[in-house]
Amino acid sequence: MTVAIDRATGKRRGDRSPRPGLGRRLKDGYQKHWYAYAMIAPVAVVIGVLVLYPLGYGLYLTLTDANSLNSARTIGVNEIEATYKFVGLDNYADILWGPTAYDRFWSHFIWTVVWTAVCVGLHFFIGLGLALLLNQKLRGRTFYRLILVLPWAVPTFVTVFGWRFMLADQGIINSALDWLHLPTPAWLEDTFWQRFSAIMVNTWCGVPFMMVSLLGGLQSIDNSLYEASEMDGANAWQRFRYVTLPGLRSVSSTVVLLGIIWTFNQFAVIFLLFGNTAPDAQILVTWAYQLGFGQQPRDFAQSAAYGILLLAILIVFTSFYRRWLNRNEQQLAN
Amino acid sequence: MSTSTAPTKAPAEQIAASTAPPRKVRGRGERSRAASLASHGVLTLASLVALFPVAWLVYLSLGPDKNDYLHPGRIWSKMTFDNYAFVLQDTNFFDWLKSSLIVSLGTTVIGVLVAATTGYAVSRMRFPGYKKLMWVLLVTQMFPIAVLIVPMYQILSKLQLIDNYFGLILVYCSTAVPYCAWLLKGYFDTIPFEIDEAGRVDGLTPFGTFFRLILPLARPGLAVAGFYSFITAFGEVAFASTFMLSDTKYTFAVGLQSFISEHDAQRNLMAATAVLVAIPVSAFFYLVQKNLVTGLTAGGTKG
Repeated sequence: MTVAIDRATGKRRGDRSPRPGLGRRLKDGYQKHWYAYAMIAPVAVVIGVLVLYPLGYGLYLTLTDANSLNSARTIGVNEIEATYKFVGLDNYADILWGPTAYDRFWSHFIWTVVWTAVCVGLHFFIGLGLALLLNQKLRGRTFYRLILVLPWAVPTFVTVFGWRFMLADQGIINSALDWLHLPTPAWLEDTFWQRFSAIMVNTWCGVPFMMVSLLGGLQSIDNSLYEASEMDGANAWQRFRYVTLPGLRSVSSTVVLLGIIWTFNQFAVIFLLFGNTAPDAQILVTWAYQLGFGQQPRDFAQSAAYGILLLAILIVFTSFYRRWLNRNEQQLAN
Repeated sequence: MSTSTAPTKAPAEQIAASTAPPRKVRGRGERSRAASLASHGVLTLASLVALFPVAWLVYLSLGPDKNDYLHPGRIWSKMTFDNYAFVLQDTNFFDWLKSSLIVSLGTTVIGVLVAATTGYAVSRMRFPGYKKLMWVLLVTQMFPIAVLIVPMYQILSKLQLIDNYFGLILVYCSTAVPYCAWLLKGYFDTIPFEIDEAGRVDGLTPFGTFFRLILPLARPGLAVAGFYSFITAFGEVAFASTFMLSDTKYTFAVGLQSFISEHDAQRNLMAATAVLVAIPVSAFFYLVQKNLVTGLTAGGTKG
């Protein structure tokens, strides 16, 4: 594969003629690709202005001691100049190994990792199970599908409040448990049960997305593959293992990655379920928000530093994930 | 316009169903009665779990007193629509509706319009910097709100855009645009290259191919991208809670929270508002969900 064709333009690329000089290459590149650059220009501008600029500004803030008391602000008619100063990497050092760093960062970090792993695992396996069930010829499967996507159809901020009513001290869940003579945990007060209910609610919210995507993946698997494998005497498990799972590989690697990113960054569920009442059940994102906006004085610098750290964690994770995927694919090809 | 390539329902199933001779041997796709019952059982259970919290919210919204959620049995005898009447007449419901619609629709339109050409470019063309752009698009997917919320807050307050619809739309575009581009790239990938090549052979420019051939074929994909941006913008909590200050400009996500702090936990009203919000959004969701599934998975040349 040394020569590939640019499918939109019918031009060859990647051929091995001697490299022309830099100026010539730039000119050639411009002539060859100007429409591509014209087409990506809008997004490039939007990303530059709305994402990269704030990101750079945020990065700068993390190197200062900005909070709501020393930032530029307007009180009535008086405009107060910003008085925060440059402190270098102190914020990061303080977060990662300052005094009480365990309580402020590492405990939340561990909980965030557990939260992400458990939630995505549950999403994926429940979603896959339901998708497999829905993929068979079954009476009323459209009806089931319509009901099963309901948690996705109703906005999260609505359903979380529904859950809050149910999980309240004497809400329906505890009443039911009491009626069955089972212990009634304090879902919204006790740290362990707070975490438990957060995972439960998030699982409930997240399964439909996985289910629908995996169902789409299942339906795109060529039926003749199943026929062929059956001709070769494969049983149901073997068909699942050697036809279904490989067929789902591309869909599932994408949705798992998306699921991990979304769950890691999940804000609404925990924020709306507990508000400010549960410091131990906060994952890093909601904790950073609390630092920046949920307390007085607002600690902008630390909050932004948490944000940058979170982003760094995700980027490192994603590069490893993609490398791992690539390696797996190469192994399959060999 | 190559309408002959428009997707049609795969006829394989119907043919298989009509031509298969009656037979005693159980074929693939047919299961024993027990397996079928088990499937129905699991699906019914899952449906109940999916349905119950929403149904419960609807039921609670009919109870007139704010502590009725603790005594659900009592609601049955005194069911009333008073909560709904109160919410519609005496709260800022319609203001919230207006803000939510302005912000979500603004985000949707800008997101899809801006992202469409880029999705096509990264799907079809290999230009220097292609990999970097894809990487940037992916990385912006995973921006935690914590990264942007502080600098955005500072920048918007400098520009006097706090408590302003346009400011919130801009903030949402920072996630909607890269996401739409990424999603549309995936959809364009499923439209066969032969269609582009046919267009090129017939003398269209790359732009012409895009606007006259690919865009019409990509309508389901565009719908999905638009729908995604709408739903994300509609349901976003963190930015809206922080940037919208006056209670007439709250979006629903913020307005709902205000029932608990401001009005001394009027849970009955909150439930009624939640139901009123959920009904149109879910209806919209079900309208587009067919497109959603095709958009996420299907291609342009099946059938």
